Amino acid sequence: MSLPLRLLLTVPRSARRGEIIEVRALAQHAMENGLRHDQNGQVVPRDLLRQVTFLYNGTEVFRADLHTGVAANPLIQFNTIATESGVLTVIWKDDEGRDAQTSSRIEVS
Amino acid sequence: MKVSESRRDCLGFLAAFGLAPWSGAFAQADQAQAAIRALVMDARVRAGRVGLEIPPLVENGHSVVVSLQVDSPMTEQDHVRSVHLFSEGNPLPGILTAYFTPRSGRATVTSRIRLAQSQRVWAVAAMSDGSFWQTSAETLVTLSACTEER
Amino acid sequence: MGRAALHCRFQAELFRQIRRVMVSVGVCVGLATIISGWHLDARAAEPQGRRSATLDLSRDTRAMQDDDSLNPATFWRLDGEALWRERVGHANRSCASCHGEAPDAMKGVAVQFPKMVAGQLLNLEGQINRCRSMRQGATRFAFESNPLLSMAIFIGAQSRGLPIAPARPMDPVIPVPTLPQSTPLVNAEIHSDSAWKSLLETGRALYTRRMGQLNLACVHCHDERAGARLGGNLIPQAHPTGYPIYRLEWNAVGSLQRRLRNCMIGVRAEPFAFGAPELVQLELYLMERARGMDLETPAVRP
Repeated sequence: MSLPLRLLLTVPRSARRGEIIEVRALAQHAMENGLRHDQNGQVVPRDLLRQVTFLYNGTEVFRADLHTGVAANPLIQFNTIATESGVLTVIWKDDEGRDAQTSSRIEVS
Repeated sequence: MKVSESRRDCLGFLAAFGLAPWSGAFAQADQAQAAIRALVMDARVRAGRVGLEIPPLVENGHSVVVSLQVDSPMTEQDHVRSVHLFSEGNPLPGILTAYFTPRSGRATVTSRIRLAQSQRVWAVAAMSDGSFWQTSAETLVTLSACTEER
Repeated sequence: MGRAALHCRFQAELFRQIRRVMVSVGVCVGLATIISGWHLDARAAEPQGRRSATLDLSRDTRAMQDDDSLNPATFWRLDGEALWRERVGHANRSCASCHGEAPDAMKGVAVQFPKMVAGQLLNLEGQINRCRSMRQGATRFAFESNPLLSMAIFIGAQSRGLPIAPARPMDPVIPVPTLPQSTPLVNAEIHSDSAWKSLLETGRALYTRRMGQLNLACVHCHDERAGARLGGNLIPQAHPTGYPIYRLEWNAVGSLQRRLRNCMIGVRAEPFAFGAPELVQLELYLMERARGMDLETPAVRP
């Protein structure tokens, strides 16, 4: 089920085969931990992004589980080896199992 | 004015000047250690190989950049399976877990986390050979001045 | 004496004690700043004496501000870009319909605000809403709403790096080449400069007026004690160079008015309502005080 979520994915457009590249993924999300009270004293319900999955041409290469301690508008930055040209995809999944994804092409020579 | 409200006001006021003793509302070192135990079970956790970069004096506890690196060749035979970040002073101990593969190249991950108060954070790495390695870092978190808190 | 009254007295005494400490600290800092030649008069301030809070950010937060791929405000900027092209209202017009492409049309615009428009002092958000209701026939955006912040960030970002220069009636008229000829030039208001000067003076009076239970004026922290610390936070000179900002404390973007209201809550004063003339006058004074400094929208602040 899809989630309307603003996402940013920053990867190099091209790389040499075998080069270790940096992947930077940002999501626009309040990451409510369910412990905050609003102006009227009501508890703001929990609404969290729980998982980020990184796919290189469809193969999962990196994954992160996010808990209540991750800041709002979460950033996740990691490395991957540029093995071949293709599509890099980041999928964010929330508490309810809904997901949102964004992709970027990379040319590897 | 109710007693608890005025006390909170005063504490909040003192805290704005970095003076408040924390009331200990959140569990302390035990909760992080319990979470680490749940992860490693009976295995021994050795100190080392894990690098944890976090500012010693935090600008704002709502968003703290943290970088984790684990010293490893990241080959099929010898790589980092996962690294787990735990908090001693947040309401819940789990912050994030990163799962690597040999295709990661480097076992590094950077994110922005929340710290509810000054505390020690722990990073535990699980290796492909079944071993566990850990490190920790102490942080100082002060309350912001001039917020929307009345 | 009742328990509640005792606590109120305790609190009042506490505030008095803390004020005494602050005053004695302030006297030392104040003496130091006087000796170092800091001017309180905004118009006399040398550019070298003024310092954007950007320079005092931690390395990580500075990186967040400087890199769009790390700055959460980028999401709002992208939303603003989409809104720029969206046809709305009875007139079924987008911003682009009149102004064309934003990088050309809006370069140098945000740095002119607040300014007099049709006899009224407007900030950028006020101008955006004026265009919406008068030119597009659409409903105005609510104060501090995401669409309004997104548009202010998008338009502000087109002036990033340009010097802050609130438009004065006595300044030469700045033509808006992208507007069709039939549209009256809204920024070519020739008013008597005494109206503008009077509003600037009101803003300055607000900046130096004591407020709240702590009985402090903006000047006490931001002119006299800038560079000192309040708890763990460095007190900035409070130049609004990067608004709307992404504030780590809010986990969201917000306007200068939201930040000013936070200051008022901080000194235990009842804050002015969003859109209140006092807030726009304060904005004018602060932007005039920051004249010549680079616009940094959207900045990141703790």
